[in-house]
Amino acid sequence: MDLKTEAQDDLLIVRAMEDRIDAAGAIQFKEQMRTICQNPLPRVMLDLSRVAFLDSSGLGAVVAVMKLLGPGRRLELAALTPTVAKVFRLTRMDTVFTIHDSVPNGLSSAV
Amino acid sequence: MASPALFDMADSGLFTLLSTPGAVRATLGEIGRHPVMSKLPQDARGSAEVVLAEALNNIVEHAYDHAGGKIELRLHRVRGMLLCDVFDTGAPMPNCEIPTGLAQSVDQTEDLPEGGFGWFLIRTLTENLQYRRIGARNHLSFQLNIEQ
Repeated sequence: MDLKTEAQDDLLIVRAMEDRIDAAGAIQFKEQMRTICQNPLPRVMLDLSRVAFLDSSGLGAVVAVMKLLGPGRRLELAALTPTVAKVFRLTRMDTVFTIHDSVPNGLSSAV
Repeated sequence: MASPALFDMADSGLFTLLSTPGAVRATLGEIGRHPVMSKLPQDARGSAEVVLAEALNNIVEHAYDHAGGKIELRLHRVRGMLLCDVFDTGAPMPNCEIPTGLAQSVDQTEDLPEGGFGWFLIRTLTENLQYRRIGARNHLSFQLNIEQ
């Protein structure tokens, strides 16, 4: 699982660079996020703009990442593609996460 | 004179795969490129991929319990429906019943479920969901409405 990170003020942006978070990659995603989230920035935003598909294992991994951040930090999501948005909506997980239409302006072109 | 084919081959697909997460991923890619699926509207294609992923991953994780085996998947598109039949020779479902797949409570953030969404998604997105154990074989069948 290729994840790229970028710190901006109080925000840690994590870009998922692969087109799916599925049963074949969910554990690896979770373990890499565990390492990334050792960065103490208070906000973590997962950029899902490149992720076309997420299954229930991938959803479970995203929920697990939110939980491992602990009570003082929240996992935010950005740029959900249609099928990913549908999985969040059907399972009502869209009510649990703060979901942004896109990664905040001025950050999207940074590497 | 050749009699007309009962079904257009582009409307049917037969896929066999080994029971591993990697093979499920590869097969979903193959299905997505197959005419039975590639011509569907984007929304229907997304729903179908979610449901097929859940059905196949359940077999990998539960019927075969990661021990490996073979899975066969038949897709058939007819009159606005995608008919799906999935076969495996792994363990039967508990009590030979499809798990209930009730909606999970998402009201307590610290207690959020990390699993159990699979059957809920299948039940929500499909019609005519049926399971049969025939001899040593599991047969799961369901339909997706593909008319938008």
